[in-house]
Amino acid sequence: MERVLMKGNEIIGEAAIRSGCKLFFGYPITPSTEVIEYLSANFPRAGGTVLQAEDEIGAINMCYGASCTGARVMTASSSPGISLKQEGISYSAAVELPMVIVNVNRCGPGLGGLGPAQSDYFQSTKGGGHGDYRVITLAPSTAQELYDFTMQAFDLADKHRNPVLILSDGFLGQTMEPVVLKERPKAPEYDKSWIVNGSKGREKRILASYSLTNEIGEKNNLYWEKKYNGIQETEQQWEEFYAEDAEYLLVSYGTTGRICKSTVLNARKKGIKLGLIRPITLWPFPDKAFIPYKDKVKGMVTVELNTGQMIEDVKLAVECKMPVHLYRRQGGMLPTENEILNYVEDKFGLSKEGEA
Amino acid sequence: MEKVFARSKGLTDVPFSFCPGCTHGIIMRLIAEVLEELDIIEDTIGISPVGCAGFSQDFFSCDFIGAAHGRAQAVGIGAKRALPDKIVFTYQGDGDIAAIGTQHAIHAAARGEKITSIMVNNAIFGMTGGQMAPTSLEGMKTVTSPYGKDVSTTGYPIDMPTLVANLPGAVYVASVSVDSPKNIAQAKKAIKKAFKVQQAGLGFSLVSLLSTCPTNWNMSPSDSLKWLRENMMPVYKMGELKVTEEVESL
Amino acid sequence: MAKVKVIEKYCKSCGLCIEVCPKKILTIGDKTNEKGYFTVICTDQEKCIGCTLCAKMCPDVAIEVYKDKK
Repeated sequence: MERVLMKGNEIIGEAAIRSGCKLFFGYPITPSTEVIEYLSANFPRAGGTVLQAEDEIGAINMCYGASCTGARVMTASSSPGISLKQEGISYSAAVELPMVIVNVNRCGPGLGGLGPAQSDYFQSTKGGGHGDYRVITLAPSTAQELYDFTMQAFDLADKHRNPVLILSDGFLGQTMEPVVLKERPKAPEYDKSWIVNGSKGREKRILASYSLTNEIGEKNNLYWEKKYNGIQETEQQWEEFYAEDAEYLLVSYGTTGRICKSTVLNARKKGIKLGLIRPITLWPFPDKAFIPYKDKVKGMVTVELNTGQMIEDVKLAVECKMPVHLYRRQGGMLPTENEILNYVEDKFGLSKEGEA
Repeated sequence: MEKVFARSKGLTDVPFSFCPGCTHGIIMRLIAEVLEELDIIEDTIGISPVGCAGFSQDFFSCDFIGAAHGRAQAVGIGAKRALPDKIVFTYQGDGDIAAIGTQHAIHAAARGEKITSIMVNNAIFGMTGGQMAPTSLEGMKTVTSPYGKDVSTTGYPIDMPTLVANLPGAVYVASVSVDSPKNIAQAKKAIKKAFKVQQAGLGFSLVSLLSTCPTNWNMSPSDSLKWLRENMMPVYKMGELKVTEEVESL
Repeated sequence: MAKVKVIEKYCKSCGLCIEVCPKKILTIGDKTNEKGYFTVICTDQEKCIGCTLCAKMCPDVAIEVYKDKK
């Protein structure tokens, strides 16, 4: 297997090609632009189609149309662009269209800045657009995960007939790291008996999301609810790091999840039993990860690049049985491993005298 | 006796849900007949919009995708790029294509997307109850222009086909009307040509059809046709607005 | 010989066929269909010339036209 040095956004592009993605519709926006740049250079010779659309709205609706035909399709953007796509994502969720959407999160609100942020956690995990729907959300924290999760995203999308979001950030997207270009994992054949591709030899099909009566509307909502419950039951993913014997746990994903690993190692050197739960699926949120710890651990700290968004899900997961604090940086700033450790020591009164 | 006029196979047997006298139904019939005559019903994917035209998905016997308001062309382009051998057409109202979705119309034409767009222009928002459209005429009374459309504050009617015809990627653009049997025959010819353009892969084709909305115009179906003739046809440039040489030789 | 047939379930009584008929043999009848529209009827089939103008003008594809084979 090939091991190469690549930029995060380019890794997503390469993984898409190797996942059998056939079409990409996008619109340039920093810090996600290398995805469309990489694909523009490399997708055509792999038989793929890249279209730089008139806008983000056009791009997501092109994904919608292409997905209706059963093709593997992807779009990529950054926060303000993802906001523009929300209507299309809502429609795609309603029609149950498999597609992969990449959000290279930059800081906001508004135009904001180009630095890394996790400010789109709510938008990513609670639906994002109108109506009550969910998008499976994967949070990579390394170059290799950008690659692996992109591949996984296409399979999850097909498996559940649902849009899948990869929530990256400006740091992951712009960093060059070595990555192993693994072959596409063997995936089962997915049912495509719902697609629209011309009605030759069969009844005509309509893919649309209009519910003519309230009764139909409720039936649809109950159907989606059941599907989402099933995904919540079966697709939770997370990583535990020094969690087993931990007295205190950090909870963090993506870039900060990675920084937190150093914090944990530094804490252990000082004799502090700190561990980490790193959510990989942000929706479904890995509630199950917290079950062994919610009666055992003395306290938790979520480390986020926002005003405290995931902390709400963590508090629910531990049923508020312990103090859950927030350490956050914002506006494109990243925390250092030691400032996180200082916060943990401070919050839980762990600083040894004379050391402060 | 021989049946000389019957329902096209391009239509399902579902009765149109439009108000009495609304000429949407004539336009749908024409498209259905064209699909049947070109033998492409089973190779066609229609894209329905939001608005009265949105019901089209139930009336045609080909596959259909329902799009968000204004997004029919973007959705159609996605489908066409995925399946270049299929015929893709959008069926859109003037609100869909000339207000909320204008950008897609312009860029579909600019890129010469190999899809066919049918625009039904009745100068008003029908489904939502008769609000002013970007295609509403100067002085026209609607529920959001109750004192008559004041162009100095709400703008002049947008002549979408004329705009689109200016772009090189649009190879066939026609503006027709369904107010009389003669014009209906012309409209059908234009629709047929637009689909043939797509079959030949020549570029983007658009047919705009002036249509009535008796309910929201507050007129009888018959008076609506007269009003269309006397008020809309002089404002909108009519006829084949763009026929490239390649299209000419089809 | 020609014949015009109104398919009652589709007719919405809009009257556009009546105006366009060159022989003036179509009129709104006194019976309603299942939706409550008074459907169009032909008052004199003998006079029908099978020109199909009524069918072409009908917005609901509610008219079929028959004609003797030549």
